[in-house]
Amino acid sequence: MTVTEPGSTEVTPVELVTLTIDDVEVSVPKGTLVIRAAELIGTEIPRFCDHPLLEPVGACRQCLVEVPDAGNGRGMPKPQASCTLEVAPGMVVNTQVTSPAADKAQRGNLEFLLANHPLDCPVCDKGGECPLQNQALSHGNGESRFIESKRLFAKPVNVSENVLLDRERCVLCQRCTRFSEEIAGDPFIALLERGAQQQIGIADGEPFHSYFSGNTIQICPVGALTSADYRFRSRPFDLVSVPSVAEHDACGAAIRIDHRRGKVMRRLAGDDPEVNEEWITDKDRFAFTWSTRDDRLRTPLVRDAESGELQPMSWPGALAVAARGLSGTQPGVLTGGRLTLEDAYAYAKFARAVLGTNDIDFRSRPVSDEETAFLAHHVAGAGRGVTYRDLDRAGTVVLAGLEPEDEAGTLFLRLRKAVKNGTRVVAVASHLTRGLRKLDAELVSAVPGREAEALAGLSLGDTDVVLAGERLGLAPGGLAAAVDLVGRAGARLAWVPRRAGDRGAVDAGCLPTLLPGGRPVAEAEARADLAAAWGVDQLPDTTGRDTVGIIAALAAGELTSAVIGGVELADLPDPAAARAALETAEFVVSLEVRAGDVAPYADVVLPVAPPVEKSGTFVNWEGRRRPFDTALEVSGSLPDVRVLAGIAEELGTPLGIRGVAAARRELDELGAWDGARAPFETARANPPAESGAVVLDTWKQLIDDGRLQDGADTYRLTARPARLKANAATLAAANVEPGGSARLSTERGAAEFIAEVADLPDGVVWVPANSEGVNVRSVLAAGPGDPVTLSDSREERA
Amino acid sequence: MTDTLTPVLTDNWDQDNAWTLAAYEQRGGYEALKQAVRIAPDELITLVKDAGLRGRGGAGFPTGMKWSFIPQDNPKPKYLVVNADESEPGTCKDIPLMMASPHTLIEGVIISSRAIRAEKAFIYVRGEVLHVVRRLRAAVREAYEAGYLGEDILGTGTRLDIVVHAGAGAYICGEETALLDSLEGRRGQPRLRPPFPAVAGLYASPTVINNVESIASVPAIVRGGIEWFGSMGTEKSKGFTIYSLSGHVRRPGQYEAPLGITLRELLELGGGMREGAELKFWTPGGSSTPILTAEHLDVPLDYEGVSAAGSMLGTKALQVFDQTTSVVRAVLRWTEFYKHESCGKCTPCREGTWWMVQILRRLDNGEGQPGDIELLQDLCSNILGRSFCALGDGATSPITSAIEYFRDEFEAGMNTPSSELFPPSASTLFAKEGVAS
Repeated sequence: MTVTEPGSTEVTPVELVTLTIDDVEVSVPKGTLVIRAAELIGTEIPRFCDHPLLEPVGACRQCLVEVPDAGNGRGMPKPQASCTLEVAPGMVVNTQVTSPAADKAQRGNLEFLLANHPLDCPVCDKGGECPLQNQALSHGNGESRFIESKRLFAKPVNVSENVLLDRERCVLCQRCTRFSEEIAGDPFIALLERGAQQQIGIADGEPFHSYFSGNTIQICPVGALTSADYRFRSRPFDLVSVPSVAEHDACGAAIRIDHRRGKVMRRLAGDDPEVNEEWITDKDRFAFTWSTRDDRLRTPLVRDAESGELQPMSWPGALAVAARGLSGTQPGVLTGGRLTLEDAYAYAKFARAVLGTNDIDFRSRPVSDEETAFLAHHVAGAGRGVTYRDLDRAGTVVLAGLEPEDEAGTLFLRLRKAVKNGTRVVAVASHLTRGLRKLDAELVSAVPGREAEALAGLSLGDTDVVLAGERLGLAPGGLAAAVDLVGRAGARLAWVPRRAGDRGAVDAGCLPTLLPGGRPVAEAEARADLAAAWGVDQLPDTTGRDTVGIIAALAAGELTSAVIGGVELADLPDPAAARAALETAEFVVSLEVRAGDVAPYADVVLPVAPPVEKSGTFVNWEGRRRPFDTALEVSGSLPDVRVLAGIAEELGTPLGIRGVAAARRELDELGAWDGARAPFETARANPPAESGAVVLDTWKQLIDDGRLQDGADTYRLTARPARLKANAATLAAANVEPGGSARLSTERGAAEFIAEVADLPDGVVWVPANSEGVNVRSVLAAGPGDPVTLSDSREERA
Repeated sequence: MTDTLTPVLTDNWDQDNAWTLAAYEQRGGYEALKQAVRIAPDELITLVKDAGLRGRGGAGFPTGMKWSFIPQDNPKPKYLVVNADESEPGTCKDIPLMMASPHTLIEGVIISSRAIRAEKAFIYVRGEVLHVVRRLRAAVREAYEAGYLGEDILGTGTRLDIVVHAGAGAYICGEETALLDSLEGRRGQPRLRPPFPAVAGLYASPTVINNVESIASVPAIVRGGIEWFGSMGTEKSKGFTIYSLSGHVRRPGQYEAPLGITLRELLELGGGMREGAELKFWTPGGSSTPILTAEHLDVPLDYEGVSAAGSMLGTKALQVFDQTTSVVRAVLRWTEFYKHESCGKCTPCREGTWWMVQILRRLDNGEGQPGDIELLQDLCSNILGRSFCALGDGATSPITSAIEYFRDEFEAGMNTPSSELFPPSASTLFAKEGVAS
């Protein structure tokens, strides 16, 4: 983000402590634990409970070392757990490498750990990548002296639909419970019983429904926690691992894709200390089968003039049909928010240089001129702004129009970490959600649509950060108030969109007012500059239409054709109007991974590759580029850029880039616009008029009916129930009883929910946007800030 | 012989209704408090420090020094927590004390709280002894009514509230940090140290945790003074203490005597071994202290003396066993206790006790295998000093010491069940005669 300077780079000097480990002198920062100091000299002390991102606990006793001198000239009488022992100046540590006593302690401990362990490695998911297995071989005795009976437990236990517990394999290191409590803030699993009967468990009727539960499977140092989906599916040594980036939100979490024989078997958290550390959401982990569903498009489809049905066609044929259909029309381009930076750039260039239009928008959701101007002024081509690490240093982080736990899970975890380190979170929101409570957030209560007033009432300091979510753009004056707020304080602002491709699309120029690199369409110099770089005579100079404008123009016949990327019509401000507009359009080209709801209106459907089958770059909310390579080579699976290049060639105006690498190179060569930025007025907009109606607040929960979660069935069973939330007075005024059924309606339709009392302002009601079969946008044609009618569903039936 | 006894804490136990405030006051109860409220807190700490009172819960840490660790510049409230979770096998001093004379403890709590400037004190009582909990609560109520507790203690303007908390029945909760977790409503498992309770104990605030007997000794020190206190006991182990004599002796019970008394003297006081019984082995301070034998009859029972003999004074729970007792079986029973009570937090204690019980059962059944003794010794060496807290260490004490003194009985366990070598029917435990009436 641009509003302020890039993150402070000052380095505070670190106080070093010098100690001797295994006769090697080493200097480490004060406060370092001995176990990690030893790593620096190349000694790996075996461990189970220790995890660098969790508080030390010293429970497993595997990492014992001898300390002949604690730094005060005196030795420690007993072996010490190196995972809880901080270094001290002059300390002498002998690990298993130099100390027979430490070695014996470690071997003895491993023997104890294995005494009650089932040793069922041949059928265990963890076998082959198991710290217990590995360390038993590297630091254990070859033979056990244990010939007695092992402890037996019934197994597995479902701690959730998704996470299964084998209590016999468990070594009780507490990594899972500590993660859940310390990192996720969801202490739904805990130790029960004692002694050898001690076990991990859940409370009756309270399953381990955490958005981050899958991390416990990954950090379990044995095969005690397994996922219902992956269990018994493959062996680690049969898998090919590829680093990648999660496609589910704008966080850019590093992931690892493990595939075997052309099929993704599982996804794990990647390790990126600057971004997601070692954690990802369950969505990033478990929701990956969406791209291999039965409705996956594998071949181009062209509508048969006679039957009116879509029929398979060859690539050359389909591209020719697409080109023929588009030529001579007035096209609009909707790209959706899930494109890579390179593919988005291809659309941006295709629209301008091939179709000759600025009618392009990536936002498949309600839009506002204020947001368009904001993106042009503050976001486009701005490079990296506020970072995850900056959140740790921030005094206060203000969240506006953003529910991080649902909409940006990785960001949520980093915020939790920051809060632990003393950062204060202030949420401008309709109510304190479970996620906000876990951030100890202070609520600045705001009616959706009126966030600007709440923001205007805040004051910040220069170390503070405002995180503006996608929904703030829907509140009149919201983004202006945020810009004003940080401007007054010298604080910093970041825009946190929802989708992985949103930020890249802004940078690539998938906006009606913006060319690639933040070049304003309105700037003649920018257009000339770009036209020269692209080798075209000129670029269209009129500001284009945004998403809403494109759909209206299609309906009115001002635009006659459409090129549509990964757009779900149900996300659009008025899905019914969008359907009618596409019905009216003369020619529709759809580029899709799976047959979606655009296909019925499309004349040509061109299959494109999902992220796992192509390379590309997501730009996360920080503005950080998150490149990834092709994980699965699938022949005939083409990135959007390749398909658009094909159409362009058929049109006789080559796109000039035919692949991802070329697109990236060209975009990099263009660089960011260094001229004057498009203006952004922070003049206060008028808040919406008080209508007296109930105002809707809504957003998508992390786990919901989204199409990118299709097929992840056990994961979806851990979703939070769809509940309507309103305060007691609002419910009472509508005659709705808490726990009873409530009906939410507009002129366009109605939906029923179970009602729940929450701390919303009077006359505001919250429902999840796309859960349990109810897509609020589709059913009600309403979104945050819109008026709705709340009533008792029993009356409606009566 | 009666000269040897120094009844201070136990002095009023024979009084009618000794547990009532009236009876306690009749024998000079709360006089110490009336003196103490005129003494500055720091002076009280110095008094207890100079008296040389050492913790009676087993470790023998100087009580006054513990109090002086409380950072008085810490803005958080200070807490006194009395460890009344008496659960060590053989140990039975605190519960009779609280039963017979709860006010002795309460008076001690009030004075000690004044010393460390605590306005809230907790007595964490073992949950199984509900009768003691009731008696303590009744006594606390009486103390409030008499103005010894509450907003304004004896008109001094200082305040103290006492909470009597019943545990839920876990040996581990006698470990001070596990006790704190349990008191806070969490799962009782030992905490990582540092931070030590003196800095961040109960509710992360400075906390003193003392044994019942330690705190109950404080009023007597205030009343009697340093010299009087030091006139009893030995140089480094000053004062009086309660020895709990149990097992195959004629008159088991609580014997309050100066530190440094020997088992030989205590046995004489207790009427000697039962009829026909010979001392075979004994624990100086509960099952977690290595056992001793008849050759240790003259070991002075103070912190240094017992330590020099290779054991620990512990809780001064003298469990006395005669020649009819199978050492293997006794050790098995103790080990079963540790297995049952191991909290599960750390590997060596959790898995080690589970394993060793199975080996000991085998030996007890006469089905031991060659190498079992060495295996037990090695497992103990892998537990001792490797566990998270002292529970694991304690579990090894009976095993290693029993093998040291009675290895032949373990070897016999390779072939002969202990029930053949030591028929339970032969134990004087089951004999009708020889038990003092």
